[in-house]
Amino acid sequence: MINIYEVVETNNMIERENLDVRTITLGISLLDCIDSDLEKCKEKIYNKIYEAAKDLVKTGEEISREFGIPIVNKRISVTPIALIGGACCKTVEDFAGIAKTLDDVAKKVGVNFIGGYSALVCKGMTPADELLIRSIPLALSTTERVCSSVNLGSTRTGINMDAVKLMGEMILQTAEYTKEDDSLGCAKLVVFCNAPDDNPFMAGAFHGVTEADKIINVGVSGPGVVKNALEQVRGENFEVLCETIKKTAFKVTRVGQLVAQEASRMLGVPFGIVDLSLAPTPAIGDSVADILCEIGLEYAGAPGTTAALALLNDQVKKGGVMASSYVGGLSGAFIPVSEDQGMIDAVTAGALTIEKLEAMTCVCSVGLDMIAIPGDTKATTISGIIADEMAIGMVNQKTTAVRVIPVIGKGVGETVEFGGLLGYAPIMPVNPFSCDNFVNRGGRIPAPIHSFKN
Amino acid sequence: MKKTIITVVGKDTVGIIAKVCTYLAENSINILDISQTIVQDYFNMMMIVDTNNSKKPFGDMVDELDALGKEIGVAIKCQKEEIFDQMHRI
Repeated sequence: MINIYEVVETNNMIERENLDVRTITLGISLLDCIDSDLEKCKEKIYNKIYEAAKDLVKTGEEISREFGIPIVNKRISVTPIALIGGACCKTVEDFAGIAKTLDDVAKKVGVNFIGGYSALVCKGMTPADELLIRSIPLALSTTERVCSSVNLGSTRTGINMDAVKLMGEMILQTAEYTKEDDSLGCAKLVVFCNAPDDNPFMAGAFHGVTEADKIINVGVSGPGVVKNALEQVRGENFEVLCETIKKTAFKVTRVGQLVAQEASRMLGVPFGIVDLSLAPTPAIGDSVADILCEIGLEYAGAPGTTAALALLNDQVKKGGVMASSYVGGLSGAFIPVSEDQGMIDAVTAGALTIEKLEAMTCVCSVGLDMIAIPGDTKATTISGIIADEMAIGMVNQKTTAVRVIPVIGKGVGETVEFGGLLGYAPIMPVNPFSCDNFVNRGGRIPAPIHSFKN
Repeated sequence: MKKTIITVVGKDTVGIIAKVCTYLAENSINILDISQTIVQDYFNMMMIVDTNNSKKPFGDMVDELDALGKEIGVAIKCQKEEIFDQMHRI
């Protein structure tokens, strides 16, 4: 039988170390909503999402109460809209109209984000894909809860450089369209290489076409729990360090598995995956950077950071895999800047640069995340940053992403405030040298060779 | 059997157990096990209870025990056993 020390340990994790279930994300296929009539298509989308998700928030709250564990977000992901709207959308306004429908139904069912305003263009763009991409600035500036993502490359197909160039322009345009809110639109827009179909985390969540009609995916989080566990083994060697992270990750992930199963049972929707992630929030004590410091660095970004992050990421996966029957999504440590107080401190102290963050993305999940850059950054420079990150993902057979925010009207040394879970960020300098001729070539970077690994 | 874990954490005072037990008895909740310890000068009590014949829905029990805790000046939590089982047992 459970003993009092185990109960106290679990409750301490929840109350003092910010253990929570970060998100229950309901994936909904909209493939059966395709229609050549735009209004009918929107109506079908609204009705399908409403019917599927009307009890989502209530169910999440009920589970939270039964187990005494906070469930921070309840969210929805849908089939990439470029596929759904292709038959009826002839203009960017048509596509943005679908975004408005998604926003309306998200508000109606009470979820805080809905993801899937997306296009998958890792090899080429259909006219609908391109139209959707061109509609992103309008869609994100006229909606509140819609998140957008675009997959620009993969290990099997290479990188679509035409789309990379276009996305550089669209990110800048989104920043311009939402400049009144410190270019907040860009915080809801992410580009990927090797995007997973079952990611529950925003802004990159979408419901892949290989998924079932509906699915429950859960993302757990507990950087504070890992940090606290590591405080108990200060000065010990790497074996002890790694074992501690692994055991802690196991415990954290078990909670996610339990919540996912309960949500699946209560909603009558199959359980998809648990995303084994260390996702920070701006709250004190909920930081991945703080774990890196606890491992032995003065600041995130100091020499040794990439190695520390690599071992952290690997141990989280090793511990988590056994705790859950199905693992998927992005699974790993997230290193967003604005959402992590330790990262913000490292940038402010001058310890962390975009180049070091890029190196860190080689060994952890996702990529350059929530990084504020000067508003006068050129579109081609943003495309260059994206291309670099996509190349890391393509060659290393992993997911990488870019979510940068060119803050219009602000420059290096200033700070931007996004609010809530998105946090605040000091604006980071970008390498000023040009990559115009590289980005403007057009075409595709071929898929890499899968042998001769060096 | 549906088991629930009730935890009481706070400054030790007269009658904590009595008040919690009275509430449970009034609602036909059977106590299976009680243990207590002092952690960092705080009184920690854990009860394992059987809520099969409980007169109240689970959510109401959570709220009422929370209110009772505030009255006595301690924190009372009420959680289904599975969260602890999942975390600490393979």
